Amino acid sequence: MTMAEADLAVTELAFVRRTNIAPRPAPAAMTGTFGWLRANLLSTPFNIVLTILIGLLLAWAIPELVNFLLIDAVWTGADRNACLEYEQHRVIGACWPFVWERLPYFIYGSYPLAERWRVDIFFAMLAIGVIWLLWLNAPRRDLAAVYFFAILPVSSFILLSGWSWIGLRPVDTVLWGGVLVTIVVASVGIVVSLPLGILLALGRRSHMPAVRSLSVIFIEFVRGVPLITVLFMAGVMLPLFVPEQLSPDKLVRALVGIAIFASAYMAEVVRAGLQAIPKGQYEGAMAVGLRYWQMMRLIILPQALKVTIPNIVNTYIGLFKDTTLVFIVGIFDLLRTIEVARIDPKWATPVTSTTGYAVAAIFYLVFCYGMSRYARAMESRLAKTDRR
Amino acid sequence: MSSEISASSRPAQVVFYNDPKFRSIAYQLILCAVVAFLVYGAARNAIDNLARAHIASGFGFWNDTAGFDISQTLIEYTARGSTYGRAFWVGLLNTLLVAGLGIIFATILGFVIGISRLSSNWLLAKVAGGYVETIRNLPLLLQLLFWYNAVLKALPDMRASIGIGGAFLNNRGLYLPEPIFKDGFGAVEIALLVGIVGAVAFYIWARKRQERTGQQAPVFWVAFALVIGLPLVSFVLAGFPLGFDFPKTGRFNITGGVEILPEFAALLFGLSIYTAAFIAEVVRAGILAVSRGQSEAAYSLGLRPGPTLRLIVFPQAMRVIIPPLTSQYLNLTKNSSLAVAIGYPDLVQVFTGTVLNQTGQAVEVVAITMLVYLAISLTTSLLMNIYNRRTALAER
Repeated sequence: MTMAEADLAVTELAFVRRTNIAPRPAPAAMTGTFGWLRANLLSTPFNIVLTILIGLLLAWAIPELVNFLLIDAVWTGADRNACLEYEQHRVIGACWPFVWERLPYFIYGSYPLAERWRVDIFFAMLAIGVIWLLWLNAPRRDLAAVYFFAILPVSSFILLSGWSWIGLRPVDTVLWGGVLVTIVVASVGIVVSLPLGILLALGRRSHMPAVRSLSVIFIEFVRGVPLITVLFMAGVMLPLFVPEQLSPDKLVRALVGIAIFASAYMAEVVRAGLQAIPKGQYEGAMAVGLRYWQMMRLIILPQALKVTIPNIVNTYIGLFKDTTLVFIVGIFDLLRTIEVARIDPKWATPVTSTTGYAVAAIFYLVFCYGMSRYARAMESRLAKTDRR
Repeated sequence: MSSEISASSRPAQVVFYNDPKFRSIAYQLILCAVVAFLVYGAARNAIDNLARAHIASGFGFWNDTAGFDISQTLIEYTARGSTYGRAFWVGLLNTLLVAGLGIIFATILGFVIGISRLSSNWLLAKVAGGYVETIRNLPLLLQLLFWYNAVLKALPDMRASIGIGGAFLNNRGLYLPEPIFKDGFGAVEIALLVGIVGAVAFYIWARKRQERTGQQAPVFWVAFALVIGLPLVSFVLAGFPLGFDFPKTGRFNITGGVEILPEFAALLFGLSIYTAAFIAEVVRAGILAVSRGQSEAAYSLGLRPGPTLRLIVFPQAMRVIIPPLTSQYLNLTKNSSLAVAIGYPDLVQVFTGTVLNQTGQAVEVVAITMLVYLAISLTTSLLMNIYNRRTALAER
């Protein structure tokens, strides 16, 4: 039998299809934009109602916001008259000239004009440190830690508060203000809380009862009370507890309060990381004869801190927001400078407050959102390395 | 193996300072000595400094006349006749009031937003996500100042009060009609009580019957009729025993009615909205922690999305949700101390603010305030631990 005959024989028997028919396209209503709309916005009557309601809400809120911040906003002017409805005979949105004029005050507070370059250098040094630490492929990251936790604090302190020995005019901390103070308070909290938090966390997991109970008492006490009362304690009780001639200035007291508070929270975060390390790691380290601190430095902490990075950054976000509380104990942080500026008669209009708060909101949103993005990126990075 | 090795089982020769036991004791002694020295030094300095500033110590001030007014008092309080101790209780009650109401509102809002973030409705999920991201990344203090100064203080003044059905809204607060209970209102209260007891009893009965026979009863509607309907009927039968004391606008003031301070409203708003964003994240994480198989199994049994969420997902998610939820409640309570920034008379504003300024007794006043918050925190964590132990999965 030849091949042709065989084929013929088969075809005579029955029809056998040798190739697949191309699948029919899905109904137009189920694919593309329309299908997406149907699945995600209009799947049930309840969802349709929800979509309409939220659509209405957004249609009201978004134009309102854009109008206020951009379209109806005043962009130029010399004083409050530019932002008054009855002077301008139109609807007035945000009063930006007020912000332009007060921007140096928002950034530097009352820091002397001639010395503000020092603040700029401080910002630049801090930015270098932060980028060096956060950029994972940066060269010599071990030096970055030394720079950030040792060199930067000392040199910034000399730079900002002045040292007449090397020709820097001393600037009283009463004059510091605005973003400068917010950043200083946050950085001190960040720089101090991590090492102190690690020590406290190790203390809490120590086998020595005295060390453990002191750590527990400190951590639970500080976490159990509001930050304000810690700041009050630092503000009014600290001067009582030290000899009169050593009485620290207002900013230092607030910094002590923030550092104590942040350390207690950091300790709990680090403790969670320590608990996540399997017991075998401890036992292995001890079996090869490492001492306690060697074991912690070389084996346990590198692993524990790595898995804790997202939580550490989240604690830093909380800390950054909490720095606003120094406002209440009379420190001129960004929020306080805005509070002072917004009631200045020169710019007193119905929209000044809202404009000032909008500036603060944008500032905090940018910083905190940036940090939370970073934390999330680290989280997914860690998840990826775990999956290997 | 030979037994020669074990024969020389004398304890190893270790220099005493290398002995872990000795070291541990030495370290602890040193630590205790340092702490004791610091405490002693601080105490001595404090005594010196206080003596130099002629500030009394001790708690004698507790019974002194306060002499300042408080804008919102839940218990009787007058500037002339009340003591600092009384002022403390007024402040504490105000803190508890705003914290309690804040917890209720934040929980409702937080659960709604947390569930919305997981909704199949794309728009709803995105809006809920935007809410959480924005609110969580703004300092609470900024939000409070915004609500107070930019929203509530920007309302029209007394003359131009906004009137809504007998209530008045202006930049000094919200004035609501005050209900006055006439004779015969007791019948309504009794009816409400009977209704609640009846609803609970019906719920228990319906549940038992469902477990026995599988038949379901319309629990919601029966409970609704008992709790809302019964008091309403008795209200009508008793001849509407309720009147209202409407606020009246005078030339300079509004008299009568109940006043809600703008400080209180701003604090309640700010705290609820802020904490709700965190609760939403807690709820979302809790629901996501319940494995998908659970809801898929429920769907395949024929349960609809509502009952699935209520009967299958939530009971399991609650186990994950409750511990962080409690810590959010504690955060809200502690954050209520930010009242001091907008002038709501809470514990910190009244006690650590005014009383401290008047008496100058920083140590005592700050210590009392801290102890109050500490007591609230520790009690809550204690109850939490007990609850946790009861609901934790019994693992093999």
